[in-house]
Amino acid sequence: MSRTTTLLRSAPWACALWAAIALAPAPASAKTEIHFWHAMTGQLGDATNELVKQFNEGQSEYVVKPLRKGSYPETLTAAIAAYRQKQAPHVVQVFEVGTQTMLLSGAVLPVYQLMKEQEIAVEWKDFIAPVVGYYSKDGNLYSMPFNSSTPIFYYNKEAFQKAGLDPSKPPQTWKQVEEYSKKVIASGVAKCGFSTGWPSWTMVENMHAWHDQPFATKRDGFEGLDVQLLINKEFGVMHLGRLAAWQKDNVYSYGGRAGTADPKFVNGECAMYIQSSALIGGFTRGVKFQWGTGQLPFWGPPYNKATSIIGGATLWVMKGKPAAENRGTAKFLKFLSESNQQMWWHVTTGYLAISNTAVKNLEAGYHFKKFPDQFTAFAQLTKGKATPNSQGLRLGNFVQIRDVIEAEMENIFAGKKAAKQGLDDAVAKSNEILKEFAAANKR
Amino acid sequence: MQRTVFRNRWLPYLLVFPQVAVTVLFFFWPALKSLQLSLYRVSPFGDRTSFVGLENFTKLLGDPEYYQSVVNSFVFAGGVTLLSVAGSLVMAALATQKIRGLSVYRTLLLWPYGIAPAVAGIIFLFIFHPTYGVLPYFLSFITAYEFNWLLKGWVAMALVVTATSWTHLGYNIAFYVAGLLAIPGAVLEAADVDGAGPLRRFTAIVFPLISPITFYLVVLNMVFAFFESFGVIDAVTKGGPGDATMIMVYKLYKDGFIGLNLGSSGAQSVILMALVIGLTMLQFKYAEKKVTYR
Repeated sequence: MSRTTTLLRSAPWACALWAAIALAPAPASAKTEIHFWHAMTGQLGDATNELVKQFNEGQSEYVVKPLRKGSYPETLTAAIAAYRQKQAPHVVQVFEVGTQTMLLSGAVLPVYQLMKEQEIAVEWKDFIAPVVGYYSKDGNLYSMPFNSSTPIFYYNKEAFQKAGLDPSKPPQTWKQVEEYSKKVIASGVAKCGFSTGWPSWTMVENMHAWHDQPFATKRDGFEGLDVQLLINKEFGVMHLGRLAAWQKDNVYSYGGRAGTADPKFVNGECAMYIQSSALIGGFTRGVKFQWGTGQLPFWGPPYNKATSIIGGATLWVMKGKPAAENRGTAKFLKFLSESNQQMWWHVTTGYLAISNTAVKNLEAGYHFKKFPDQFTAFAQLTKGKATPNSQGLRLGNFVQIRDVIEAEMENIFAGKKAAKQGLDDAVAKSNEILKEFAAANKR
Repeated sequence: MQRTVFRNRWLPYLLVFPQVAVTVLFFFWPALKSLQLSLYRVSPFGDRTSFVGLENFTKLLGDPEYYQSVVNSFVFAGGVTLLSVAGSLVMAALATQKIRGLSVYRTLLLWPYGIAPAVAGIIFLFIFHPTYGVLPYFLSFITAYEFNWLLKGWVAMALVVTATSWTHLGYNIAFYVAGLLAIPGAVLEAADVDGAGPLRRFTAIVFPLISPITFYLVVLNMVFAFFESFGVIDAVTKGGPGDATMIMVYKLYKDGFIGLNLGSSGAQSVILMALVIGLTMLQFKYAEKKVTYR
């Protein structure tokens, strides 16, 4: 009897003891912890950890704890779940297509506001316009650009040489792409002319921007939620129609979504490739033959050339954290945006440096002379004429819309639907998704 | 039949409690949650919810793409069930012959079951990939037809059906081997004496005798194909090309966890659940009549 009572009485104490052990801070460090969730893997993950390490070692007040949460969608889903449990990280990396979702979430502290609150000066004007434009609202930056890239044109110099083409001259126009592809195929050095990664991003989103064509109404979604896609107009139908025709004679060879077509270029199956500029790093190490880069091919008149648009991800600050912790977050983001870190990040990973100062320093250090391929993306983003059509896209449920577009692209390339029909269907489905998003986000 | 009587009134309840608790916690509660979710429109961060009644359902039922995913699911589940059950029966029949090294074969046949669906998907991806796969390379010597499942829907479907069936094989074989070994030798010998050939013996005696196992495996494989085939699809086709391999459970995941449309995802899970419950009930009602239990 007495034993049971003691047990009963001691139970709460035992619980408290265990809780104390579980909750005890790891060897008493007075540093404030900043939790940073990201989706960077492999070499990119190492580079991210390296940046964090430099920040942690450079000061003694804060310690940033990076944690990889899986793919981009998984990281976003994890952050949302954590936010709903009031366990959100301080900083979370979200891909560009999640921008509208984050903007309207009511769960974030805009970066410009964070910096203002913490009185940390950031030279916003120094940032490259097409990069910050994508993530700004009313001229204010909402999330800190972290890894940004833009699609560029890659080509196999050795295949060009063998096919009797000038290996120092990548094609400038789509007509040349077709012509060169046929030469390459005819000479037998490659099975196909060109392939593409991220089909919607490179062939639909960027091609519209590059040719100064609207992708969606309301200035590509920047000016409201009641948005409709415009990709089934003359330009989109023409471009996808050409791709579908080329698919038949191997000028173009579709290789799947995301980066699944990479092997086609790396194995030498296709002589040309359109993919993210962030692959320069990987190709430098992994591609056995001589290759070069060029700007995206252009259709010529009647279209005007604008700039390409970016992809990648940014760092969002979750709201509801104490000011003392926000200070650490602000310092970390400021650190990442500084020229030295930007230059290091660019050289290591191939992602774009986001400040003009960093680009100038890279130029002054002859970096671009040594690695001209690294300059292609900057040239594409900064030397062209920025127009409302090339500022980026702001669509709700963009992940789903991309899926819809890519599914219809596959139907078009497989010959199951004509280009016009496929794009009409993609637009109709996307408009439904946009309507749903607008309804869910009504205040 | 003997009737078991418990002396203690509470003991039987105590004994079934763990099972009931698990079912409530991991089935009824989530099921009710999705039922509730299916009636709401939820913003991604869950800060705004509005009751929309049956709108999520009516939207789905008016969407041709959703019907396509239902059709795909039936094609997929039918294909997987047929291939894995029939295939395993053949292999189990072979694995019960009197041959040398039998136990080695039997063990090897069970192996695929130990492989996670996602891993199985990756293995098939490497074998069948149009660019770097082994099989398309060899096929190109035989036929000029391109088995490019990145663009050809039926090839993609055949691929995920085969990969999924392969992961189920081991499990099915284990049941069939046990069933086949349980058939009394005397019965088969009697048939032999009566002059029945191997085929006749199989159709007239063996197949009816193992019909309870076949029935069980058909139900189980079908339910499995409807719900747990996610890994293979995600690793290999992600629902493409077009929407050729977009089965219901994958669409549900995509809309809910990638598209963050939880309301529609909830509605889809309710429909899927109802469909599979209905299908299983139908099977019990009609197909079971043909089953002979011993």
